[in-house]
Amino acid sequence: MNKRLMSGNAAIGEAAIRAGCAFYSGYPITPQNELTEYMAQNLSRRKGCTFIQAESEISAINMVYGASVAGVRAMTSSSSPGISLKQEGISYLAACELPAVIVNMSRGGPGLGSISAAQSDYFQATRGGGHGDYRTIVLAPSSVQELADFTGRAFELADKYLTPVIILGDGMLGQMMEPVEFTGSYPEVLPVRSRALRGAKGRASRIVKTFTSNPAELEELNWSLYRRYQLIKKDETTCETYMTDDAKLIVVAFGIGARIAKGAIKNARAAGKKVGLFRPITLWPFPTEKLQELEKTCHNFLDFELNMGQMLEDVQLSLSDKASISFYGRPGGVTALPDEILRVITRIYHQNGLDKIK
Amino acid sequence: MKGSITTDRELCKGCGICIEFCDKKVLAFDAKVNLAGYIPVKFINNGECNGCGVCAIVCPDVAIEVYRE
Amino acid sequence: MKVVYRRPKSLKKRAYHYCPGCGHSIVHRLICEVIDEMNIQDRTIGVPPPGCSVFAYHYFDVDMVESAHGRGAAVATGIKRAYPEAIVFTYQGDGDLAAIGTAETIHAANRGERLTAIFINNAVYGMTGGQMAPTTLNEMVTTTTPYGRDIKLEGYPIKISEMVALTKGAIYIERTAVNSPAHIQKTKRVIRKAFQAQIDDLGFALVEILSPCPTNWKMTPIESWRWVDNVMAKEYPLGVIKDSTGTKSAD
Repeated sequence: MNKRLMSGNAAIGEAAIRAGCAFYSGYPITPQNELTEYMAQNLSRRKGCTFIQAESEISAINMVYGASVAGVRAMTSSSSPGISLKQEGISYLAACELPAVIVNMSRGGPGLGSISAAQSDYFQATRGGGHGDYRTIVLAPSSVQELADFTGRAFELADKYLTPVIILGDGMLGQMMEPVEFTGSYPEVLPVRSRALRGAKGRASRIVKTFTSNPAELEELNWSLYRRYQLIKKDETTCETYMTDDAKLIVVAFGIGARIAKGAIKNARAAGKKVGLFRPITLWPFPTEKLQELEKTCHNFLDFELNMGQMLEDVQLSLSDKASISFYGRPGGVTALPDEILRVITRIYHQNGLDKIK
Repeated sequence: MKGSITTDRELCKGCGICIEFCDKKVLAFDAKVNLAGYIPVKFINNGECNGCGVCAIVCPDVAIEVYRE
Repeated sequence: MKVVYRRPKSLKKRAYHYCPGCGHSIVHRLICEVIDEMNIQDRTIGVPPPGCSVFAYHYFDVDMVESAHGRGAAVATGIKRAYPEAIVFTYQGDGDLAAIGTAETIHAANRGERLTAIFINNAVYGMTGGQMAPTTLNEMVTTTTPYGRDIKLEGYPIKISEMVALTKGAIYIERTAVNSPAHIQKTKRVIRKAFQAQIDDLGFALVEILSPCPTNWKMTPIESWRWVDNVMAKEYPLGVIKDSTGTKSAD
């Protein structure tokens, strides 16, 4: 058992290399530069692997598209404004049914924003983000260990479902240092996708395209993606519950928000309050069913996010109108501390009369 | 040197470039339109063609094949 | 009877959707002739753009990958770096390569990516109906310069090939045309040399081809072919812009 102390950004890089990532392109942007630099240091010299610092985030996503077409595991990373630039490219990846991993270490927005952690790219990540009817799988890690684990999972899911996968981290997760353990060793043979385009040798030539002048053909592609998304919903939806069995108030939070909330919840429990945490791990597909199950025993929810209320809408869509859903958010890259969340929990607990229920 | 060509009247778009560049004047517009609505060219088989191949070089639509004895 | 000329093997037998007299039709065929002669059909991958040639993949019988507008050089970079054994060419119009794709083009060249870029310059945006391109000539009427391009407002016809030549990674750049038998044959030799540069692992090669666009220039096919010589080539002189390959000239 080999634990290393690593920053989140570096852990993603290490995990990607162990997952057989053979191509990384990126452009410097705070707060994820350590990931780009880690790949420059460690991927560039590996046989059959490529590191490119591209001239822009747009160029980087299009290079990933090309590398994915040629059959290798490809990844790019950026932070919020750069992820905005990548949206067209991600739409193309989805349309061409190509695997790729895109890492977003979110920062405050909108605009150039701030360089500190925020969770304000939830809509962008979970609603496709670019033009057209598509979705990407979105994984929301909550620790450096999860950044590592989810990176490996992201490549697996991307290959399995032939779809881009987003790892939605944030500036704090990227910078913090925690012990992390890596499973699996460096691959001796880099994985190559079977239907890669590598020249029409011994087979008919193939076309990878997204455009059609026949709407019916495009409609069929869309339905085909829709059917795939139903499969992903059925088999890959992931979440975590913490002390929800007897909870009278459940905090719903993801990523760094869930870390902050957990600290507050532990203190709330110590003060005798029955509070739990529901943590979506796949933000898309959102774990609606599990949340609905929780409503059977708990009717008070507090959605806490570092934004103005984005996952809140998915929570509202999931729960019935009998649920009491409160919201607490800090946008712009401001970090709420556990004490602050504890005060909010306490306020809502009393406000909703939960201390009077057994 | 004797030559001849074949023209594919359905691929031809009647751009007239081959007529312009043919030294031997053995290409001309046909009388009937093709299925796409273009008036294609036809080969005038009067023995003048020397199979130089210029028509095929300039034909955008690869509608001409050239033969030489 | 000996066959003097017939369709190259790697050009699918299919009616082109291009306009009568269009340069795309010629260049597609020349690239296929080169692919056949160099015997690289089974390892060539082409990257066509949005634009009139978005359907290029209907004609080239090689693996083809659509690219987002302007990003061909980046897509091709990804393919070539992931699988260097492939011969990768981009096929781009003037908007794709010299407007939205300027950064990708210059930086792929600057990195010396082992790619062959075929740049179709028809001084206008064809597929979208004839708007101004960066390569539109001074005083030229287009749908977005209805009073003629005004240098003072719209700037100058851009010489992207000359700009790319300034990067050390670009090792072969030549401008040709496809508006006469001699020019067409020359273009084929230039394309071949540009593909050879990739095979020889030398660097980034760019072929700029002045291409007639009768429809958007509002001319007959033969008028448009003449206009390339009489007007366009005066602004965009034909010939070698850069050649540090050390190989034979395409003359």
